[in-house]
Amino acid sequence: METTDLIFRIVLIVVIFAISLVVAMYSTYAERKVAAFFQDRIGPNRAGPWGILQPLADGGKMFLKEEIIPTNATGFLFIVGPSLAILTACIGSAVIPWGSAIQIGGRTFDLQVTDINVGVLYIFGVVSLGVYGIMIGGWASNNKYSLLGAIRAASQNISYEISMGLSIIALLMLTGTLSLKEIAEQQHGFAWNVWRQPLGFLLFLVCAFAETNRSPFDLPECETELVGGYHTEYSSMKLGFYLFAEYINMFISSAVMATLYWGGYNYPGMDWVAAQAGPTIAPLIGVVVLFGKIFFSIFFFMWVRWTIPRFRYDQLMDLGWKILIPLAITNIVLTGVISTLLK
Amino acid sequence: MESLSNKRKVLEVKPLNFLERAYLPAIVGGLSTTMKHFFKKPVTISYPEEKREFSENFRGMHSLKRDEDGRERCTACGLCALSCPAEAITMTAAERQKGEEHLYREEKYAAVYEINMLRCIFCGLCEEACPKEAIYLDGDIVPADYLRKDFIYGKDKLVEAPLNQ
Repeated sequence: METTDLIFRIVLIVVIFAISLVVAMYSTYAERKVAAFFQDRIGPNRAGPWGILQPLADGGKMFLKEEIIPTNATGFLFIVGPSLAILTACIGSAVIPWGSAIQIGGRTFDLQVTDINVGVLYIFGVVSLGVYGIMIGGWASNNKYSLLGAIRAASQNISYEISMGLSIIALLMLTGTLSLKEIAEQQHGFAWNVWRQPLGFLLFLVCAFAETNRSPFDLPECETELVGGYHTEYSSMKLGFYLFAEYINMFISSAVMATLYWGGYNYPGMDWVAAQAGPTIAPLIGVVVLFGKIFFSIFFFMWVRWTIPRFRYDQLMDLGWKILIPLAITNIVLTGVISTLLK
Repeated sequence: MESLSNKRKVLEVKPLNFLERAYLPAIVGGLSTTMKHFFKKPVTISYPEEKREFSENFRGMHSLKRDEDGRERCTACGLCALSCPAEAITMTAAERQKGEEHLYREEKYAAVYEINMLRCIFCGLCEEACPKEAIYLDGDIVPADYLRKDFIYGKDKLVEAPLNQ
């Protein structure tokens, strides 16, 4: 790899890392604002104009809180838990194509950290690892509520990963590739995968809610039953890491959803825009479009959170095993039959 | 049994039809309901900057009144303290000296007059008991503070400002 390429890669990594942290930070603010608007309130408005410094104030508070490690907790694992949660949340962004190739000074760069040919599998691996952070943290706390939360998280993620994988298989049958970049390029213009896989998208969406432990599937941290769930014993920045990891996960899964189903950085009329704006500006417009999709998706996550009450645990399992998996298999069969007939 | 009020309704429990069991239409309905609220005007009143309009008979912080010549009306009779169900009021009486006629209306006045705002229940019985029309609960909300001792309001906080100063 040439030096300029390497430098561009490193810059890209830092930028993406910073962006995902900032987006996660402001998701906490947005969550509170959105919740307030849905409940006819104003929301945080004291820290800075319209409260936009609220995340910084929250972060400062988290850092200054007393750090408590319970006497009977498994010390090492207690620290590994939140670290793993935030680590796995952050590395998911590596394979997401943020835009088409950009030309700077006569050279072409990919707006993607790495284009591995098993990008979808990589995402799945990272998402599966994410539950280890929760499980280890819940186990190491030596608290029955934490343990129950961890058990719930584990079984929920295992159940929903199956239907998530099955819903993706139908998509992969159409795309014929596991590389996220190729999938994004296939959806050029308005040929988004969601038009061809509406049921698959719906299944993926429901499973994404379950995988990110968001309401209505937020049973691992179910306040009414489990105090704080897996992070009951956590305090200070370790708690902050857990909460932060949830928002980064939300950002990453929104990005994956946008890339797989909503055309990634593609938008109708992009060829005309590319001809007008030139090869440097046009990919950046694509990036903006992708972020618009991601932000709407994050908003949708919040919208659902403040609308739909939490599932009961047996209903959650019913939905996962008895409804989503059969639906996903039906979707695979239908996709196979229809795509064969159309050929 | 026959219903006397004629209001009894027999409810029929129907099994859910397919659309209801599919759950998605209900979710869409719920999402549209919350979206309607998203664009509603917030009902919040940002308190220190904005204030809710009080009703006419709102009872807030007490004030000890002066008469038309600017003299304190209170004569330290103690009826307010006696009527107070929360025992929030206490006072020490003193005799008016020569040359103080412009300060106190009656020959006896309250040298110390204290109301413990943490005890007070703002019932307004003191203002009903007062024979001299000296105390009224016509003030604002009692502001927050840090220490209990700072909620014991003396004459410096209670007595109305002098007339022409």
